[in-house]
Amino acid sequence: MNLITLHEFKGGIHPPENKTQSTASPISSLKLPETLTLPIAQHIGAQSKPVVSLGDMVLKGQVIAEAQGFVSANLHAPTSGKITAIEHRVIAHPSGMSDICIEIQPDGLENWATIQGIENYLEAEPKALIEKIAASGVTGLGGAGFPTHVKASVEPSKIETLIINAAECEPYITADDMLMREQANSIIKGIEILQRIVQPKQCLIGIEDNKPEAIAALEHALKHFKDNTFNIHVVPIPTKYPSGGEKQLIEILTGKEVPAGGLPSDIGILCQNVGTCFAIYKAISKGEPLISRVTTVTGNACGQPQNFEVLLGTPVSHLLRETNTDSNQLNRLIMGGPMMGFTLEDAQTPIVKSTNCIIASSQQELPDPAYEQACIRCGMCTEACPAQLLPQQLYWFAKSSNLEQATAHNISDCIECGACAYVCPSSIPLVQYYRFAKGEIKQANADKLKSDRAKERFETRMARQEREAAEKEAKRKARAEAAAKKQAEKKAAEAAAPASSEAKAAPAADLELLQKKLDAAQNGVKKTKEKIALAEEAGDTDKVELLKGALTKSQDKMKEAAKAIASAKKAAKAEPAAAQIEMTPERMEKKVEMAESRLNTAQKRLADAKESNSEQVDALTTAVEKQQERVNEAKQALTEFLNTLSNATQLPAKPEVNLDQLKQKVLAAQTRVDKALERLNMAKEQGLETVGALQMGLDKQQAKLEEAKKALQEASA
Amino acid sequence: MKLLNISSPHTTRAFSTANVMQTVLLALIPGIVALTAFFGPGHLIQIVIAACTALVCEALILKIRKRPIGMYLKDYSALLTAVLLALSLPPYTPYWVTIIATGFAIIVAKHLYGGLGQNPFNPAMVGFALVLVSFPLPMTTSWSAPSPLLDNTIELSQALTAIFSSRETIDAFTMATPLDEYKHQVAVATADEILMNPLFNGQDQSSILLGWQWVSLGFLLGGIFLVWKKIFTWHIPVSFLVSLTLCSSIFGWDSDSYVPLTIHLLGGATMLGAFFIATDPVTASTTHLGKLIYGAGIGILIYVIRTWGSYPDAVAFAVLLMNFAAPFIDQYTQPRTYGHTKAVRGLAKKD
Repeated sequence: MNLITLHEFKGGIHPPENKTQSTASPISSLKLPETLTLPIAQHIGAQSKPVVSLGDMVLKGQVIAEAQGFVSANLHAPTSGKITAIEHRVIAHPSGMSDICIEIQPDGLENWATIQGIENYLEAEPKALIEKIAASGVTGLGGAGFPTHVKASVEPSKIETLIINAAECEPYITADDMLMREQANSIIKGIEILQRIVQPKQCLIGIEDNKPEAIAALEHALKHFKDNTFNIHVVPIPTKYPSGGEKQLIEILTGKEVPAGGLPSDIGILCQNVGTCFAIYKAISKGEPLISRVTTVTGNACGQPQNFEVLLGTPVSHLLRETNTDSNQLNRLIMGGPMMGFTLEDAQTPIVKSTNCIIASSQQELPDPAYEQACIRCGMCTEACPAQLLPQQLYWFAKSSNLEQATAHNISDCIECGACAYVCPSSIPLVQYYRFAKGEIKQANADKLKSDRAKERFETRMARQEREAAEKEAKRKARAEAAAKKQAEKKAAEAAAPASSEAKAAPAADLELLQKKLDAAQNGVKKTKEKIALAEEAGDTDKVELLKGALTKSQDKMKEAAKAIASAKKAAKAEPAAAQIEMTPERMEKKVEMAESRLNTAQKRLADAKESNSEQVDALTTAVEKQQERVNEAKQALTEFLNTLSNATQLPAKPEVNLDQLKQKVLAAQTRVDKALERLNMAKEQGLETVGALQMGLDKQQAKLEEAKKALQEASA
Repeated sequence: MKLLNISSPHTTRAFSTANVMQTVLLALIPGIVALTAFFGPGHLIQIVIAACTALVCEALILKIRKRPIGMYLKDYSALLTAVLLALSLPPYTPYWVTIIATGFAIIVAKHLYGGLGQNPFNPAMVGFALVLVSFPLPMTTSWSAPSPLLDNTIELSQALTAIFSSRETIDAFTMATPLDEYKHQVAVATADEILMNPLFNGQDQSSILLGWQWVSLGFLLGGIFLVWKKIFTWHIPVSFLVSLTLCSSIFGWDSDSYVPLTIHLLGGATMLGAFFIATDPVTASTTHLGKLIYGAGIGILIYVIRTWGSYPDAVAFAVLLMNFAAPFIDQYTQPRTYGHTKAVRGLAKKD
């Protein structure tokens, strides 16, 4: 009666099944553990974001962490209780790393939040169904934990075959087997929901023939719904590991291969785990989010191996206690199956959405790995590899870090099923070698991408700089030509009207201007030096080179300015009277103001440096002090000058004339304050680091405004 | 509670390298029994000499290489090399030839080339080839006649004397191998005349080769057992035998001018070579297609050397020549990986 032609995948192994230990008793529930620890990343994709805070009381089924983006999943409270911690804890990960977890202390009341299913769900809009699945936080329960709503959101016309993965090929694990025996009707309904969403032409339930009870239960359920179900077939397949691998199951059932680097949907196939179908059914029909799953607890150290409906977040230690696990016998604690699972070092690790099995094994059961011997190229791994790779070649390449050849030998197509390492007579941990090589390749690719980008950036910048330099050069030439022309004209004019005494005053008047230029040049040099120091710290050699170029330029400018001053001073000496007469109170005031503004910038920079913990804080502090001194000097000079001036003239410089000026000053100060305020607000909005510095600037401007106002008042009074 | 952190898979098949070697040794038993039954205790003595030499050399070189001696001795690889070499040698080869061959196989061909798993050439065949070209006389005059042709069966004491001291007694029971005999006779006689020689069983048409065929069938039986036990795949022996058969059928159809197919298949070291020598995984090709090419190459080379070369048998040279080619063959015969439209050929090109 089986209409489906089965295909055989190459390779594969037949490890001892060890499944009967945990199928003796039905799926049962556990008493509530003292705490539940829920990692916010239980799925592939972006971490979800906690939406509860410490001390909150939550209801069963309430969202406690929201999906971030499309490829992410919601997380719900598995029971009612209090949030007692949101912090880093050890999570279910091969590396034993920690991640943010939400801890709930159950109140024992099991108060449900209001939940609602979709009525007549088989007539509902696919979009609404997908949204409900997403809201319920359903992810693939087979192992990888890919968010189900993402998988289901394929173009319906693309999918010809919906494959339900019920193979459960790994030894020890019986969670899907028991679920099918007990919940066959619900599973079929879940499949119907998926059919409604992706509208496939046929649906195949691939199940290994070592589960006769589950096959019978599913067939019975199909008969039960006979009139309503559409083209759903239970397809028993020969027991061979890893028939439950997505790619292998697709090959067995359809004879097609998922293209390398592609997805099953590329060949019109969607694969879902049978447990996921049950979760979909609960989410759609009852509105129950994914807060529990069936997990097998087994192994020789386990007193009562069986399957449990476990709340997510339940610590493994709770399961071990409840099954009377002998901690003296316990040697290896595995999450997942013996072929692809990973060991736990901490029994406090919580059960997550993808945990299908916990194996508490004894030393005799899973002995410590034997000493690695030399590869004799026996080729047993090649015979076992379901991906038709050459494991022994990959092993040589991985061992010698020959990533290029490993890549060429398609190491990326390795599914890490462990069949090669299982058969290896030399006890070589082959999969570990491949993981190493894959990691190295990933890192090398990332590095290459980074260096390529940097190279591109550098080249673009070089090109731009060359262009700019060329433009500048052209401008300079034009200017030089114009200046030469002018000079020539001037010379001609001078020649026409020789020895004009007024002309000699010009260099003296320019002295201050030149001084300003020198100051600016010095400032430029200083700034560039600072930048170089920063760039060197950051290790950006390209930038350092560029900046050094700029530095020499600035230094040249400085030298030029110094020369100009020297020559101007010489000229000024010739007419000493002219320079001194130029001293006016306005000029002195301007000097004070300039010194103050310099002080301001120095302070700002210091504040910045302090905030970013830069090493330049000391240097900047001295700079501020120096500027402060200069301000003081300038002020003193001003008062002295005013004193001498008043002494000399005996006339109080009455400010009547200055009333208008003062008013203008107040207005200007006001605008400055407004501007500073605006800038500060902008910085605050964007969360920039300069907020502190800007705040300081604002305070100063306000102080100045106050001063100006006071002066105005005094003057008008 | 101290828990182990071990990467997957957590369970492995309890079948070690030592088990592989033991199974191969086990599969040699039918052949050894036949050899002893028809050619006296010579091979058993050779096995003992070679085994002792191999184990001593292995231990010595492991010590020099600072490797764990016990662990490597227990992998049975040196023992297997020694036994294969002893079975390839004529039964009454002088002991010093055996010791030189074995020592060279273990020290140079195995360890100096990198040790277990790294040696590019089949160590037993390197040892065999060395003594074959270096000491042609004892290597060609140490085969005994099959026991039915002798008046008395060869006693152990006779065998020991022949191997360890006097070469004089040996003349009483040595005889050329069928391949050698036929090759030399075919120039001057017809097939019928040659087959009259008692070595080819004389007038008795029920079997063609006296003793030799049973040795070959013994090795064939052991080889089939190994294929069934999945120690190696069928590819190398089958393509080896098929190519030899084809060559012999095409070029040597005239048994008046050439050695006939039956003698090619059953008269020399063909079966031992096809199932136990050519299949040495370390030095053979590892891809399915590669194994077919590798096996076929050996078959063809054997025919060429046996027919037009100066040596009567050619398994050692053919295997060694194909050992050269194995890595290259592997690179160009990679299987098509799952999900790929075509197989990769050759190594990755350098930029």
